[in-house]
This record gives sequence, structure tokens and C-alpha cells, in this order.
Amino acid sequence: MMTRIIAAAALALGLSAGASALEGNAHAPEKYEWEHNGPFGTYDDHSVQRGFQIYQEVCASCHSMNLMRFRNLAQRGGPFESEDFPNPNDNLIVMQIAAGYEVQDGPNEDGDMFMRTALPSDAFPAPFDNEQQARASNGGAYPPDLSLIVKARSGGADYIRSLLLGYEEAPHDAHLSPGQYYNAYFEGGAIAMAPPLSEGIVTYADGTEATVEQMAEDVVTFLTWAGDPHMEARKQMGIMVLIYLFFFAVVVYLAYRQIWANVKH
Amino acid sequence: MSGPSTYKPSTGIEKWLDSRLPIIRLGYDSFVDFPTPRNLNYWWTFGGILAVFLMIQIISGIVLAMHYVAHEDYAFESVQRITRDVPFGWLIQSMHANGASFFFVAVYLHMFRGLYYGSYKAPREILWILGVVIYLLMMATAFMGYVLPWGQMSYWGAMVITNLIGALPFVGDAIREWLWGGFSVGQATLNRFFSLHYLLPFVIAGVVGLHIWALHVPGNGNPAGLEIKDPKKDALPFHPYYTVKDGFAIIVYLMVFATFVFYMPGVLGHADNYIEANPLSTPAHIVPEWYFLPFYAILRAVTFDIGPIDAKLGGVLAMFGAIAILFVLPWLDTSKVRSMRYRPLTRWFFIFFVIAAIGLGWCGAKNPDDPVPLLGFKFVYLAQFLTLYYFAYFVVILPVLGIIEKPKDRPASIEASVLGNDKS
Amino acid sequence: MTKENGAPGGHGEEPTRRDFIYIAAGGAAAVGGGLVAWPFIDQMNPAADTLALGSIRFDTAQVEEGASVTVMWRGGPVFVRRRTEAEIAEAREAGLNSLPDDLARNDNLAASAPAVDANRVLRPEILIVKGNCTHLGCVPLGPGSNTGDYDGWYCPCHGSHYDTSGRIRRGPAPENLPVPDYYFEGGEESTIVKIGLSPEEAASSGWQAADASGAVA
Repeated sequence: MMTRIIAAAALALGLSAGASALEGNAHAPEKYEWEHNGPFGTYDDHSVQRGFQIYQEVCASCHSMNLMRFRNLAQRGGPFESEDFPNPNDNLIVMQIAAGYEVQDGPNEDGDMFMRTALPSDAFPAPFDNEQQARASNGGAYPPDLSLIVKARSGGADYIRSLLLGYEEAPHDAHLSPGQYYNAYFEGGAIAMAPPLSEGIVTYADGTEATVEQMAEDVVTFLTWAGDPHMEARKQMGIMVLIYLFFFAVVVYLAYRQIWANVKH
Repeated sequence: MSGPSTYKPSTGIEKWLDSRLPIIRLGYDSFVDFPTPRNLNYWWTFGGILAVFLMIQIISGIVLAMHYVAHEDYAFESVQRITRDVPFGWLIQSMHANGASFFFVAVYLHMFRGLYYGSYKAPREILWILGVVIYLLMMATAFMGYVLPWGQMSYWGAMVITNLIGALPFVGDAIREWLWGGFSVGQATLNRFFSLHYLLPFVIAGVVGLHIWALHVPGNGNPAGLEIKDPKKDALPFHPYYTVKDGFAIIVYLMVFATFVFYMPGVLGHADNYIEANPLSTPAHIVPEWYFLPFYAILRAVTFDIGPIDAKLGGVLAMFGAIAILFVLPWLDTSKVRSMRYRPLTRWFFIFFVIAAIGLGWCGAKNPDDPVPLLGFKFVYLAQFLTLYYFAYFVVILPVLGIIEKPKDRPASIEASVLGNDKS
Repeated sequence: MTKENGAPGGHGEEPTRRDFIYIAAGGAAAVGGGLVAWPFIDQMNPAADTLALGSIRFDTAQVEEGASVTVMWRGGPVFVRRRTEAEIAEAREAGLNSLPDDLARNDNLAASAPAVDANRVLRPEILIVKGNCTHLGCVPLGPGSNTGDYDGWYCPCHGSHYDTSGRIRRGPAPENLPVPDYYFEGGEESTIVKIGLSPEEAASSGWQAADASGAVA
């Protein structure tokens, strides 16, 4: 909660990143109670798994995640982390996921590049070779890389969720070019991304009903994890450090009182 | 107050060393037996806190440099790799990035303490000036360090600041190109900023050594603004009295620091810096790090030409002038009374000075054309008013008040001020 | 060397040959120090490989009417814009006294050339300007997103408006967007523009300064 209070204070003063995006004409993102919020919040692994499925089946056709490796899915704090496989590169689930992709490797002894099955150590394959190709395929718009998207947008997870759910009928005074959609949470209102989520666009492997709300929550949880994969370790260590510092402070304060006991100051 | 040394080497090795390199004697005289006023309050603990943070920044920085790649194509990714793949990289990177902010929080409190208690007055002018030099070096170091992650704010912050130099008449463009090592901020700039960012902290450490030396000649100031007359009554040995008091303050400050490092590592940063630098796309609002915001507001407050000086150059001059004026502060304040405890009128102007400095920071974060909440006029006008006050405080208020103000009665000695018989 | 100075063997006399030798020695040290310092200062200037990217070629035929294309030159953006008739007319109509900066800022012309539209373009339909706001170096927005109140470019950083000749009209930017040195390679018919010229190319580039009324002398 401390985070929220300080962030709110910083927002009020306009000192933090959050302030700038709230200016202009975009709606402020809707607040949402994420399970990973707060000093003890952790990621809902099942939600991250479902979110990864959404990314694979929906987002990945346009958006890259260049900083992600398949092994990340199985590392400590990852959605497919398993005690059976202390080395994430040996995780069977992740090996299977990776095996569904082909990546370029080489050159071989003849000097040619070749395609091979992806390994857990490989990066998520990008849908386009470069920014120019991505723009050419998307009417001039560039679908941003999603590795850090939650950190790279002020409003974070709340903003991404609001955006995914925020498509609506364009008001009469909105200027939309062909290939643009109206989204009140997007700066300027005109966004080149078509509404990505619709009822039943995926069938969840774990049987959860794929409502638009559910999918938005899952994919944003996945993206939050992808941008901050060590959050759980960070919060756990934070508690230990603060407890240690607290007792250290108490002991030093008592020492201070004892040393200064006979000195008026 | 550095009287004759009281160090007595006890063992044979210490005696042997003392007649060759009396380094233990130096440490003993400076940090153990050093007579320190008995009335120092917690505002005096920030010196120790700053020393700790200089060490935190140097150690975490050296470690980060083992993994960082100073190349425009790889810098962004290498920082991400540090936070994702390097063992404890997320912790060390967060300590270094937030450590810079906490370093500045401490230095600002340290400076405000100096301003309030008149720590810059004779015979401590050199001590103060060395402090301002450290502050300047810190700003240069922090500015170049912020460029290294090569995010959008890194790149465009560097662009805006280096373009300020282009405002200088005649030589501006040549100096800017020389600084860039090219025709804009690019690979050469990143590489040299990395080199200098690694160097400057050690220069800071050197000047800190001089700063402490200059402190130990006249001794500490104190809230009463009096000198130590009788060390037996007015002073205490630094150790254990102030080592333990500073130690306690350092631990409390570290707790706040840890709260940021572990629970809100990104709050003080900017979302745009998680986007890799792109010379073809400018972020909607370029905002420097919070600790530069007051000066950024002063830069933008000059929107008019002053004689032959155009608005752009005027802004640059005002911004640098705001720091430069600190160098001559010891000679601007005409009052012989150090502590504002005994300056009833000046104290109010000081409080408003602190408000003005924070207000300038607020203006720096805002779009100058937006209206100020409750007041209704544009931020740029608020910034202009506060800038005016900032300079007036130094060149008008302090010189004049020192002459016309009638200070309160001061206690006869530090001991008297502590024991409460102030009205001696 | 003053009398009180008492340099060895000085005996408090007038400057002697010995004093001269000391001064010369000190001077030689200063000169040597300066000479050694210069390479260490100059190394920070743009290196040969950076300078090698000093000029580029671009085919203006690919720019559609009313559109602006951004090309990279010397690490920064350059706008190449094919202006419509209306935009040309708008640029020509603006009076010199309505311009905050009345100098052409054209690297092909003398620094004193007035900022009439004729001094900003080699061919009226093609406008080429450097794409960094003269305020603090941001990249202004242009056709396709936001052309500002004067139909040219709008800088989102601090709100500078540029007109269809790339001249500053309102906002904090002090100068017009500068025109880089360029010419059409291969004469009248050519659409290939070369940006960044050698002195020989500059001499035959075909630029002529116009006076304040827009007439070429």
C-alpha cells in the first residue's frame, strides 16, 4: 500500500512518470486489483500461463518480445517453474513449447543459414524482421515490442488492461484515418491496433472461460511478469532486508542512548 | 579545532608504522578523538549518509560496468540483461539507479542545513565552495549516468542538455560537436559518457577528501552557530558519540532506501526510458530526472530576450547562474550571525526559499503552458516568479537583511546553549 | 623577476640573462604542455568514419505531393517535403516582418540572406530542411500527424510551430529550420538530391540569393 500512497503523492505533484500521460485527452486508466499488487503480491501462475497462450495465439502475429527466451517461462518465478527441473532449460513443458517454433541458425559447414527447431535458450521468434517490415505490414504503424510494455507505459498494467477493453464507437468529432480504431484510453484516441480480443478467440488449455475481461486480465498479468520477472524474489528479499535493518536500527539506537546517557545535548 | 594529536601508539607495530607513515594517527585524530560540538542535531548526520551513498554508488557502479556494453545497439539490451539474467543484477541495478536519487535527497538536505545554520560563513568558505564543487560533479556524473541505459529519456535528455551549449555565441556549435564526437548524440557520445561516468565518482571522492580536510581545520559548525571555546565543555570526541549517532541515522535512511529498491524500484524513473532510444521519435514530454527539475524550470522561465542576449542563451545563463551564485554566497550574506535560530526575520525568507526551490521542481515537471491548479495562471509565470525569488534571496535578501535585521541574543557558549541558560 | 624575488644568483639586479633562461625554460614547458594537450582535446571531435557519412543521395520522386519523408543524415533527421501549390503560395505570402527569424538559415547561401521562401528552396515544390527543432533538438511532427497552426511542422516538446517553408512562426524556437547544403545531381531534369556537398559541388549547385522582396538579383 505504501507504494500506492507514495505513487499517488508523486502523481499529485506531477513528479513521476505517471503525470504526463494523464494530460491530454486520454481517459485515465481504470484501477484494477491485481493479485501481484502490494508488498506481498505474487503472480497468479495460472493467469500468467493463460496470458502466455493469448500472447502466442493473438498478440505474437504482430508484436515481438525480443527480450524473452523460452527458458524464462521455466525460471524461478516463471509460470512453468517446476521443482523437477532446477535447470529451466531442461523443463519438458518449455522444451515442448519451444519445439513448436523454427528459428534460423547457421552458417553450417557449407556456409548456408538453415532453419532448426527452437530450444529453450532461444528468443521468442519475432513476427517481422525489422521495423520497416513491421510498418509495411501494418499500414505504417509499428506494433511495439511487448517485453517491457507494462513498464514502458505510464499507468502500467492498469493502462494496458484499460486499452485492451477500451475500444468503443468513435464519437462524431474523432478524426480516424482508414485502418484506425477509436480507443478512449489511447493518447489522441486513434489507434492502429484492431480490437485484439473477442469472445472465444482462444480456447484455454485449462478450461477457463475465455471472456474478453478474463483474457485481458491474463495477458496483462503475463506481460507484467515478462517486464518484471524477478518481482517475487525482490519482494521476498525486501522483507528480510527491512526486518534486518529494523533490528539493526533498534540495537544501534539503544547503544546511542547508552553512550549519550550522561551527556546533555 | 585540530589541536595537538592525542594518539598514543600502543603496540610495537603501531609505533613502527607511526614513525614512517602516521596513517593510524591521521584516522585517530580525524574520526576518533576529533572534538565535535556536543549540540549537533540530526541534520548533521547527512554528511555521513552521503559518504555511505558515495560508496554504494561506486561499488554498485563498478559491478554494473562488468556487464554493461557502451554501444548504441547493445546498451539498452545489456541493461535489461543485467536485470534479467545476471545473478542479483536486478538488485544491483536498482540500487544504483535509486541510489542516485537518494544521494541527491541527502545532498539537498545537507545543503539546506548549511544554508539555514550559516555553515558557509567564515572561516568555512572553502569548505562550502568544495561542497558546491562536489555538487556540480555529482550533477555531471548523474547526467551522464542517466544517458547510459540508452532509453528514450536518456537519449532525448542528453539531446536537450547538450543543445544548451549550442546557445553560446560563436563557439557553441563547435563545442557541441566536440562534445558529441559527431553530428548529434550517438555512439561516440555514449562511449565517452561511459568513460567519464566511471571517472568522475573518483574525482568526487578526491574532493570529498578535501572537503573533510577543510572541515577539520575549523571544526564542525553547529546549530548555535558558535565556535568551540572549551573543548572539555563544548565538545565531545567524534567516536563513540557521533559514530553511533550517524550510524543510527544511516540505518534509518537505508530503510527508506530499501523500501524503494525492493518495493518501488521504478517510481522515480520514467516510463519512456523502458523504450530504446530512437533519434527519429521524440517523447511527448522530455523531463529530466527529478533532482534537476528546479534548474530545468529556471532554464525555461527565461522566455524573453534581455538586451543582446536572446531567450535561449538567457535561460542557459540563468540556469548556470543559479548554481554559480552558490560559490559567492559566503560573501553575499552580510550577517555575522551564523545560525538562523537567532535571525527571526531571515528565517522566514529561508523557509520561503525552500518552498521556492520545491516549487521550481514542480514547475520543471509541468508543461509551462498548463495552468497552475488553484491559481489559474500558467506554470511559466509561477516559474518566473520563483526564479526571481531564488536569485533575490542571494543578491538582495541576504545582503540587506544582514544589515537591517536585529538578531536575537545568542548564548555565550555551546555548553550554555545546551544547558538551556540561553539568556546569558 | 622582481628585485625582491631573489632568484638564485639574482643579487637583486635588473633582469639578467639568467632570468631570461628561467623564463625561456618555463615558456618551453608551457608550450610543450599545450602541444601535448591538443591531441587529447581534439580526439573528441568527429572521427574520420563519422565524417565519411557526411553526404547522402535521395530520390525526391518517391515523395508524394503534400507528404514529407524523413531521411537520416549525419545522425539526425532531414525532412524532404513535396509541397502542394497551396502550401507554396502560403509560404510565399508570409511577409518578412511577420517572421520571428528573418534570416534564411540556408547553408547554401550567405548568412545574411533574408528568410523569403525563394531563399529556402532550390525548386519551389521540394523543401528540404534539417528535422531538429531549433529550440532543443526534438523532432517536430509533420504531414500525417500534426502540422501545427502554420501547416508546416509542430514540435510537441515545447510547442514550436513552423510554416510550410520550415520557418519558425510561434513558440520558443529561436531560428528557422536550417536548410542543409544540397543540390540536384545531374542537372535540371534530375530528381536525385545530394545532401552534404564538397566545395566544388557547392559552387555549381545553382543556388542564388534573393532579396527581401523575393527577387533574384
